[in-house]
Amino acid sequence: MTDLTQSPPSPSGRTQRVPAAPGFHLCLGYTLFYLGLIVLLPLAALFSKAATLGAPQWWALVTDPRVLASFRVTFGCAAAAAAADLGLGLLAAWVLVRYSFPGRRLMDALIDLPIAMPTAVAGITLVTLFVPGGWIGRWLEPLGIHVAFTPLGITLALIFIGLPLMVRSVQPVLQELDPDVEEAAACLGASRWTTFRHVLLPQLAPALITGFTLSFARVIGEYGSVVFIAGNMPYKTEVVPLLIITKLEEYDYAGATALGALSLGVSFALLLIINLLKRRYASGEA
Amino acid sequence: MAGIAAPSRLGLGEAKLNQVQQDPAWARRLLIFAALLSLGLLLVLPLATILVEALGKGWGTYWAAIGDPEALAAVRLTLLTALICVPLNLVFGVVAAWLLTRYKFRGRDLLLTLVDLPFSVSPVLSGLIYVLLFGLQGWWGAWLNDHNIRVIFAVPGIVLATIFVTFPFIARELIPVLESTGKDEEEAAKVLGASPLRTFFQVTLPNIKWGLLYGVILCNARAMGEFGAVSVVSGHIRGETNTLPLHVEILYNEYQFAASFAAASLLALLALVTLLAKNIVEQRAGRERGSAQ
Repeated sequence: MTDLTQSPPSPSGRTQRVPAAPGFHLCLGYTLFYLGLIVLLPLAALFSKAATLGAPQWWALVTDPRVLASFRVTFGCAAAAAAADLGLGLLAAWVLVRYSFPGRRLMDALIDLPIAMPTAVAGITLVTLFVPGGWIGRWLEPLGIHVAFTPLGITLALIFIGLPLMVRSVQPVLQELDPDVEEAAACLGASRWTTFRHVLLPQLAPALITGFTLSFARVIGEYGSVVFIAGNMPYKTEVVPLLIITKLEEYDYAGATALGALSLGVSFALLLIINLLKRRYASGEA
Repeated sequence: MAGIAAPSRLGLGEAKLNQVQQDPAWARRLLIFAALLSLGLLLVLPLATILVEALGKGWGTYWAAIGDPEALAAVRLTLLTALICVPLNLVFGVVAAWLLTRYKFRGRDLLLTLVDLPFSVSPVLSGLIYVLLFGLQGWWGAWLNDHNIRVIFAVPGIVLATIFVTFPFIARELIPVLESTGKDEEEAAKVLGASPLRTFFQVTLPNIKWGLLYGVILCNARAMGEFGAVSVVSGHIRGETNTLPLHVEILYNEYQFAASFAAASLLALLALVTLLAKNIVEQRAGRERGSAQ
């Protein structure tokens, strides 16, 4: 431990110690106490409960077709939604940073709506829009596109939730881009599209990956906005968080805990892989 | 790109850069249209839906749904939860952000990860971990039951789960602000003989006040709107352990759509106020940065 704020020794040699930041031990103690109480203790309860399960129980869990189906639905929809947010987020960020048009400021403010809006409200609203008689559903239904109570509906809710994370990852980077590079590309005769693909996109890639990771991690655990539009049919549109709640309501605490620990493990592993890919990409660039 | 052979060398930089960074008009229009259309469908239409559904059966039904004793109890519980969680997380957020930006110590990265943890944990798990501690089958369930203390399916559980879900918000907002302001002014105050508390309130606080305010706004919005975590620990006892988001869910599942959306409209209003407050805070902070330079 070193005190960052300590001033350099005075020329006289007599160091007047000036710890501008008071009470390291107090701050550390309080932070650890609070985190211990709120985070570490409950997490310890989770893992100790999960540890009481024997190997046969774990095996039964990970081979249970209903559990497997819920993992497929959750991770499939989450990946699709994060991918859709990649395009939509880049479009929104690009338009917000590069163009001026009426309603730009309003649009910029509204991007954060999915963060500010309680998830349950988002859930009932999206399903109302997309049921067959709803404002959007009535146009899609004749085309044979069913959104409500299908994986498509789950994906849509997750796109909504993940969008601000993507936009806010890309937007600041896009704003800070050095115009010289674009200028050079244009001078060399590149078209705008070529410039975008070969000059801008590589510079934006780390931010895009960050946004993808953030929104993916967020939407894997999403419950409130999904549960209404999903329809919650086992094997078809049942997501992992819902299955955990179902198990809890059946007083199957061990099953719920194991499922929780498993989904936590899988999402951390995925995030780790994505972060490693990102690091490799970054070092490859440099 | 014929326009590159710029006519004059003078004032080349600014004008040419703008021109070079400009996309063709058709592309510009197309992209703006696509963005407005998709964001309109995804963000604006839901807001309109809430309003239309809430008022679909007239103002009478709307006010009846809001004035319903169970709805009022839900509002009270939601306010109470936020009133407990936000101050606790405010103190924690300031202390943790201070610790993480003003000191270097072993385990700092680990601590930073722990602070971020609730962002990547499912709300359902955030509720579940407290059930495992305080629930009947949990670590302390039997003891609590013997002493007639209820945590799960009662208000303390709701408060705990909400604290867990919302504790990173303020620290997360403050860490970048504290990092960018640096410690020079604090050191100067110290040298001039100011006490640590005085330094904090007169030097640090004015520098971080907008970030702090924004963190509090976000923390409050999430505390009042949290659904998944609270739904696991609440037990859905009407008039007792139903927060406003849970009240919305119950009404919706009972097909009382107008009443459900009426309650939801209060939460949507909260979201809009949050967005507005965020914008004001950002503008003020930007203006102060501008005048400082």
